Amino acid sequence: MDLSQYFTSADLAGIAPEIILTVTALFVLTLEMAKLSRPGIMLLVAAIGIVLAGGALAQAGNDERILFGGMLRLNSFTTFLDFLYLAVGLVTLILSQGYLEKKGSEIRGEYPALILFAVIGMMLMTQANDLVIVFLGLELLSLSLYVLVGFLRHNLYSNESGLKYLLLGAFATGFFLFGAALTYGATGTTNFNGIAAAIASGAILSDVFLSLGIGLLLIGFAFKVALVPFHMWSPDVYQGAPTTVTAFLCTAPKAAGFGALLKLFATAFPEVHGEWQALLWILAALTMTVGNISALVQTNVKRMLAFSSIAHAGYLAMGVLVLDSSVGAVLFYLAVYSVMNLGAFAIIAVAEKEEQGVTFEDYRGFASRHPWLSAGMALFLISLAGFPPTAGFAAKYGLFSVVMTKGYIWLVIIAVLNTLVSVYYYLRLVVNMYMLKEEKVLRPESGIFVIGLIVLLAAAVLLFGIAPGFFLEITTTVKL
Amino acid sequence: MSWFNEHILTVLILLPLAGVGLLLSTRSLGNEFVKRGALLISVLEFLFSLILFIGFKPMANFQFTEQTVWIPAWGISYSVGVDGISLFLILLTTFLMPIAVLASWRSVEKSVTSFFISLLVMESAMVGVFSALDLFFFYIFWEAILIPMYFLIGVWGSKKRIYAAIKFVLFTMVGSLLMLVGILYLYSQTTAQLGAASLAYEDMSRLVLSSGIQYWLFLAFALSFAIKIPLFPFHTWLPDAHTEAPTAGSIILAGVLLKMGGYGFLRFCVPLFPLGMKEFIPLIITLAVVGIIYGALMALVQPDLKRLVAFSSVSHLGFVVLGIFALTSRSVTGSVIQMVNHGLATGALFLLVGMLYERRHTRMIADFGGLAKSLPRYSVVFLIVVLASAGLPGLNGFVGEFLILSGSYEPHPAAVVISALGIILAAVYLLWMVERVFFGPVSEENSGLKDLMSREWLAIVPMIVMMVWLGIYPKPFLDKIEPSVDKLVKDFSTAISETENTPIILNRESFEEVNE
Repeated sequence: MDLSQYFTSADLAGIAPEIILTVTALFVLTLEMAKLSRPGIMLLVAAIGIVLAGGALAQAGNDERILFGGMLRLNSFTTFLDFLYLAVGLVTLILSQGYLEKKGSEIRGEYPALILFAVIGMMLMTQANDLVIVFLGLELLSLSLYVLVGFLRHNLYSNESGLKYLLLGAFATGFFLFGAALTYGATGTTNFNGIAAAIASGAILSDVFLSLGIGLLLIGFAFKVALVPFHMWSPDVYQGAPTTVTAFLCTAPKAAGFGALLKLFATAFPEVHGEWQALLWILAALTMTVGNISALVQTNVKRMLAFSSIAHAGYLAMGVLVLDSSVGAVLFYLAVYSVMNLGAFAIIAVAEKEEQGVTFEDYRGFASRHPWLSAGMALFLISLAGFPPTAGFAAKYGLFSVVMTKGYIWLVIIAVLNTLVSVYYYLRLVVNMYMLKEEKVLRPESGIFVIGLIVLLAAAVLLFGIAPGFFLEITTTVKL
Repeated sequence: MSWFNEHILTVLILLPLAGVGLLLSTRSLGNEFVKRGALLISVLEFLFSLILFIGFKPMANFQFTEQTVWIPAWGISYSVGVDGISLFLILLTTFLMPIAVLASWRSVEKSVTSFFISLLVMESAMVGVFSALDLFFFYIFWEAILIPMYFLIGVWGSKKRIYAAIKFVLFTMVGSLLMLVGILYLYSQTTAQLGAASLAYEDMSRLVLSSGIQYWLFLAFALSFAIKIPLFPFHTWLPDAHTEAPTAGSIILAGVLLKMGGYGFLRFCVPLFPLGMKEFIPLIITLAVVGIIYGALMALVQPDLKRLVAFSSVSHLGFVVLGIFALTSRSVTGSVIQMVNHGLATGALFLLVGMLYERRHTRMIADFGGLAKSLPRYSVVFLIVVLASAGLPGLNGFVGEFLILSGSYEPHPAAVVISALGIILAAVYLLWMVERVFFGPVSEENSGLKDLMSREWLAIVPMIVMMVWLGIYPKPFLDKIEPSVDKLVKDFSTAISETENTPIILNRESFEEVNE
């Protein structure tokens, strides 16, 4: 059989990072199966796999490449996001060291392998230039996450959130698939460029099919990135999942979802994007407002951060609204958002013990016993709230200024008022850590790697806040 | 040395941050060492800032300017400079900081290092606010002050500290976030009008903004400044924040932070949005006068010394707003010098109340009486400061109030007449307070208190010297302020008269609108 009629060596070279990750994941699973290795080693192997994949990615460069006969389209945009997924995956692996044992479970080979598979899924999602590949990536990501969320087998919350995520995620998948089918029905193709060409030339079977298709695809994505009113699953899932998985879940998949959504609208539906602006406007405004207001009344820190991430999804949805010009700002925001959330969840994971360490009260007096961890947490929270001179402010400034330039003044006003609301609940945790007397005592446990990681993330928050120039040079040159 | 002089503003912004590093690395040596380190840094900062005072030429342009491209992707540059308006506010900041450090010597017991780190971070940001000539950096410094102040009130404050701290942050942020919308709008306009994104101060004045746009931009910026200064009815955060803050926090809050509001009006609202500002002059003058009288009446009935001083700030800052919005050279000069005066007098009052609190652990006026007998030296000092605050000729308060009122009389006679009542009321509430605290019979608790210690003398004497100097011979200060103020006022009236002299365009537009 001659394989070259299906793909060339250039195609294979293009997905070298994915291949490396797949091989690593399978290797880790084999280690587990053969009972050959300790958990720590498997995490290390997975981490090495990610580093190698990163090397392959850097080697491949930024050039625009169309692979597998138009199925994948790689360029600076996908490369940037791929690096982000790999980085988040690496951080999650490091954080996981010792965490699951602490929660009374054990690390099995599946855990690092599933994280690797999730990363592959995300890479495919944004590299895709075809609805079918987006779907493939999305499913690979989602299936891995369903298992990861419920990984604490003996923990009721973890089980509940795994099941909940599976059921609601299946719905989202259904919407997405139905949307893809209708789009195919209307345009006769699932290829992004083909869809765009069909719409541009007017060769559409039915406008209703197309609109329904786009609408359902949008709902599918809205589920995945938790836009209101499709956000219901996320607080429960974030709360119940192992904290390390929550850290992963609320950063990289969100980036993948927004990345794919941006790419879909920019390459497949640029002609009709204008018609969806009103809806995207409402989605953005609704998401940030509902997210922030719901976060105000939470007593559980992980739940609060879940609603906060909904609010941030609302800000990011503004990026989809203004599309082309926002790509750099959205990527910068996604990177900063990931750093802040990983940092905050890292500290929660460190401080957490059994059932403890999740409510606001648990953090009372934290600062007097653990000044450095508290200072780190405060920094991440202040950055999430968007105070200068932290990265959160630079990210917000970049995104809001693009939205303003496009003339959506009221949306910017709604966004900044939302920022004000968010200040209250982020600072509430600071109040608990610094200004209230201690009631319960958290006993953080952490390895040297985790602490080093937190220091690194904190440094990034300050660096991106004070001197984001060099990083913006990268993001602003990115083209969809 | 010339390099040093040219980069003096950057040095002033970075020195306190370097001080933070110093304190962090030496905190194992003990609290005494940390305190001395903080004092050393703040005194050094003050000495360096004198270079500004000596080298500043009495001209209207920005001096000691520096510019470096900072974020090329966004067209943002690090740009600083001082003119006659900001010069003395920077000096006030660096002058008050060593005093705030001295005031905290004994009163701060827990987390000493963090306390002084917060103070130093704030100093850096405050100097930044007064010297930034790029709106991006202005906003960064403006907001960066909130967090350390939030910690100062929330961690080291008194009973209701958490409520006061949150209230302070939320109130200030309402304003500053809407200002951010205004800044983002200006930013989008620079791309559209000048061809390149920028937030540099000189580019802002090149923008052509219609009076309708200026109306909204003025509102967005002014709300922020009105909350900060604070203008009635946006003042309600102030009594809480002042009362609950530790002494050093109150000194900085009253001495410097409130002035950021007045500075913002002068630096941004007047030159950038004159047409918008014009529409609001009657309203804001009215609010300022209401604030003067309301603040004074509220101060009259406060049972708590710190709250009394806080409300007196509302009243005094009303004068500053009046002077700014009267927009004559004289009144604006008066406002600038009055901001300095208020910083000195109110800072000193908070310092003195703080000393009293350290001795008696109460601030209730009713708990005191006859202190003149038990604390004779303290009482004399307190009286001098009170008289300066009340505007006694020969002390600094008089100079500012006189300039403001005489400068504002021509455009707004009624406002001046009513405001003058505020001066009388100031004398009433201050002197009545003095009577209740210092005279009358001495109770047991109030006798046998320790009079001023050498550390306290060290803190208060420089303030009194400055009060007398500014009161008797303010000329060296006024000379440096006036050129910038003159230019500001002249530019404003030019901008206004330009629109009034071109009614043809407006008429034609409206004519065409009617035709359509």
